Amino acid sequence: MLVIPCPHCGPRCEIEFSYGGQAHITRPEDPAAIDDETWADYVFMRDNTKGVFLERWVHAHGCRQWFNVARHTVTYEILASYETGAKPPKLDFETQV
Amino acid sequence: MTQSFRLPEGGLIDRGRRLGFRFDGRDYMGCAGDTLASALLANGVHLVGRSYKYHRPRGILSAGAEEPNALIQLGEGARVEPNQRATQIELFDGLRASSQNRWPSLNFDIGAVNNRLSRFLPAGFYYKTFMWPASFWMKYEYIVRHAAGLGEAPRERDPDHYDKTFAYCDVLVVGAGATGLAAALAAGRSGARVILAEQDSVLGGSLWSGSGETIDGEPASDWIAAARTELEAMEEVTILTRTLAYGYFDHNFMALVERVTDHLGGEAGALPRQRLWKLRAKQVVLATGAIERPLVFADNDRPGIMLADACRTYVNRYAVRPGKRAVVFTNNESGHLAALDMAAAGIEVAAIVDLREDPMGPASERAEAAGLRVVPGSAVIGTRGDRRVRQVQIARLNAEGTQALAAGETLDCDLLAMSGGWNPSLHLFSQSRGKVRFDAGLGCFVPGASAQAERSAGACNGTFGLNDCLAQGFAAGQQAAKDSGVKSGRKSAAAPRAQNHDFLPARWCWEVPSDKPAGRAGKAFVDFQNDVTVNDLKLALREGYESIEHVKRYTATGMGTDQGKTGNVNAIGIVAQIQGREIPDVGVTTFRPPYTPVTFGVFAGRDVDGLLDPARKTPIHPWHEQAGAVFEDVGQWKRPWYFPKAGETMHQAVNREVKAARDSLGIMDATTLGKIDIQGKDAAEFLNRVYTNAWAKLAVGRCRYGLMLNEAGMVMDDGVTSRLGDAHYLMTTTTGNAAPVLAHLEEYLQTEWPDLDVHMTSVTDQFATVTIAGPNARALLAELAGDMDLSSESLPHMSIRDGRVAGIEARIARISFTGEMSYEINVPASCGLALWQALMTAGAKYGITPYGTEAMHVLRAEKGFIIVGQETDGSVTPIDLGMDWIVSKKKKDFIGKRSLTRPDMIKTDRKQLVGLLTDDPKEVLPEGAHLVEGAVSQTPVPMLGHVTSSYESPNLGRSIALAMIKGGRARMGQSLQAPLANGKTVACTVTGPVFLDPEGTRLND
Ligand SMILES: [Zn+2]
Repeated sequence: MLVIPCPHCGPRCEIEFSYGGQAHITRPEDPAAIDDETWADYVFMRDNTKGVFLERWVHAHGCRQWFNVARHTVTYEILASYETGAKPPKLDFETQV
Repeated sequence: MTQSFRLPEGGLIDRGRRLGFRFDGRDYMGCAGDTLASALLANGVHLVGRSYKYHRPRGILSAGAEEPNALIQLGEGARVEPNQRATQIELFDGLRASSQNRWPSLNFDIGAVNNRLSRFLPAGFYYKTFMWPASFWMKYEYIVRHAAGLGEAPRERDPDHYDKTFAYCDVLVVGAGATGLAAALAAGRSGARVILAEQDSVLGGSLWSGSGETIDGEPASDWIAAARTELEAMEEVTILTRTLAYGYFDHNFMALVERVTDHLGGEAGALPRQRLWKLRAKQVVLATGAIERPLVFADNDRPGIMLADACRTYVNRYAVRPGKRAVVFTNNESGHLAALDMAAAGIEVAAIVDLREDPMGPASERAEAAGLRVVPGSAVIGTRGDRRVRQVQIARLNAEGTQALAAGETLDCDLLAMSGGWNPSLHLFSQSRGKVRFDAGLGCFVPGASAQAERSAGACNGTFGLNDCLAQGFAAGQQAAKDSGVKSGRKSAAAPRAQNHDFLPARWCWEVPSDKPAGRAGKAFVDFQNDVTVNDLKLALREGYESIEHVKRYTATGMGTDQGKTGNVNAIGIVAQIQGREIPDVGVTTFRPPYTPVTFGVFAGRDVDGLLDPARKTPIHPWHEQAGAVFEDVGQWKRPWYFPKAGETMHQAVNREVKAARDSLGIMDATTLGKIDIQGKDAAEFLNRVYTNAWAKLAVGRCRYGLMLNEAGMVMDDGVTSRLGDAHYLMTTTTGNAAPVLAHLEEYLQTEWPDLDVHMTSVTDQFATVTIAGPNARALLAELAGDMDLSSESLPHMSIRDGRVAGIEARIARISFTGEMSYEINVPASCGLALWQALMTAGAKYGITPYGTEAMHVLRAEKGFIIVGQETDGSVTPIDLGMDWIVSKKKKDFIGKRSLTRPDMIKTDRKQLVGLLTDDPKEVLPEGAHLVEGAVSQTPVPMLGHVTSSYESPNLGRSIALAMIKGGRARMGQSLQAPLANGKTVACTVTGPVFLDPEGTRLND
């Protein structure tokens, strides 16, 4: 069971959180203007990263805030957590893999 | 029975506290401090079970968690527990236990015929035999389940209770042998918060197995006592005995199970039987010790064949002689230590058969000096004895140790003590994802690089000398405390000191040579619990299973509850030997939690019955109960399903309720509907984005039905939202979806539209909601709502007003899910019951009739209203439902809009909502029935769709159904067939989904 650092509440047990998949996928500004394939990519397609992955979590049984986490999908090490809307911290994605 | 094998003095037992127990129906006596195994041995009982597959007689092999043979059915009735290791069951007065896997009795077992038939039961037998045809499996399974397997699960409800607790510490030390105690002392002295977990009832570990050890010049037992006293005096140190760390998970999360009252026997009283510790440690010190390895030779599994160090433990810790005349078989110094201690305890040691050409080492020298007979360069190549070993066959080996020369002498004995070296207990280390490496000198795997904040020390780290263990444990404890961030001002004393007694030198001989060709000698077991022999491994390799992971699965080596504690390294060594590879190239299989089995009860803890999934009840629930309502579960809610009167069937009750709502007046508890209060100046814009229809123009005091989609365009929820003020809305959701809908809204608000000024909170629990429906609903409300104007001009359909009903402050919404004139009255939850009672009293003159969810379903189906989750299943769009009228064409965007024009979504053969009328009006289609076109001869028959809702409609005097049918709207009037599971086929006709009052005149009078 992971320890997840909520940017608002501090480190808490994984059981307080729900997972939200890949982070930094922005909803298209004007969905009507994009073709079917681009839209389907947005709705359905996600990366399956081996290494550092930027992902969303929500502190469902806490402050109920969404935030982002940089987690290594092999070691499960959590390298950073940051608020929704913030830029990801500078991480060496290559050497972490 | 007398304890005729009990030594007159010594040991960690209390001879003054004699405990009676029963095993397989016979009564015995033991002493406080015994395990079931030591007490049985004290009474001369070795045969305690039959093996898993061949039903061979098996005895006690070990003195600890690694026991593969002595698996016991402990207790009786509801408290029976299978597969308990006799070596770890603390004896208590009145203990009841029985052997497993034997029928009809342990001494005479019919399944033992498997042993004779073993040529036909090779590894992979089950896979080969039952692969085809599949239907045969049903037959075989019955036989196999009875012939193979372990104990029996209890059939009754567990009468005990269990607890769970969370804990946090700086340093967790697992194992309280010499190494662990040293680590805990060092960490504790530095001021760290320490938890010391020990699976045994006492601290000291293997120190109790030895004899004459001293630490810092004191007898080991005194040092253990002093260490405990010192640790107990430290405020930040917690000692958990009888506590097994069984699982090592991510981020230094450790699961431990504490046996709180098991050792007391009988009722646990106020205390839990066991307690689950969910522990997060900043640093972990693993001091889990090592497990002795058996030797692999023909017929090495007879009762009376034991691990050498276990014999030593029984003599020194339990004051039990495991036999009268022993042969020791060893490839290292440990066998000699055991021989010396056994001889000192009065056991005749017939010989020490040593695989080494020239046994040299401190213990073998002492053995020689003590006049014990050592037979060097030799092996035990076979044993005799039915239910107990009585003779061993020995032979000299060639110089390379690869062949047995002609069989030599036979030795009579009732005990064969064997030592094949030592395996560090790497289970927790391996679970932590640490990588192990093979140490050729030690002949075992040792921890390599750590994956987590953890360090191994002592025997589990491949360090076997006592002095080295103490030094390493002490250093590990100190360093762990430091790494956990504890700043120590205190100066710690030096590590405790002792003598080193190593088990080396050794001669590795993975498969002991035999004088007979392969397959002719007796079975040489590698994994006792799973009944895997050397020949099984060879067969697996011959059949092409080369990877050790495949060999493991094909033969079952190292699987099950045993997890390869005694057998794994021998198996890997033998595979390496056969393949002509080095052990590191063969690799090691993964150890999985739990280390030893953990009972289900401890995972459940207090989360049973009402606490497992709490039932939510409305404030009106007591009235429903009194009225004899039958309830159904909707999510966690208990909702009245129907209200049967005396003698009424469900069918009669539902029909009566449905008729009453249409003809006069029905009343329903709608409290469970999800309610979300939404405020903020952008609330209307927000609703515009989350619902398919337009919200900007909804006036204050008006209500609107909305359909909510996910981004894939599929219907996820529906409900009515009311505008209470300029920037204030009340959204209702379906009962089961209240929490997911709120989460969905919060997600979009936070992650996509943080600029919107919108605030939300759930108010489901704050209001009670009562629906009154039927032609007399307005008359009843008028009577109780004072001077409130209920005319359609003042309060038209789909509008909401504040007022008072029966003197209670209320929000009254004119909304209908039945197609009747209907009001939803919302009052503070605490007034819900009072409102209901007032309505019931005043409504008596109209024959007011409470109706449940079933009648509600019929009423709405008559009107063709959907239920999300019944007509929809996550793959249904509003277009599929024929609800394009609610999908705004003008709005530029809302969640799911873009997906509605994806190519797959505009296909004309998508399943669409239609009505179905059976040709026979009395026939009610089963929900879920599939529909096909008539007279289809090809197979498979093309499926057109399925029935989603189906009822008898008392108002229409016939059955009605809703269905999702491919291209359904183009099939109006078409005749379809519903072939049922019972072979019958029901003919029906496709219609529109609205069966009653399509113009809605009943609503808008
Ligand atoms: Zn939080």
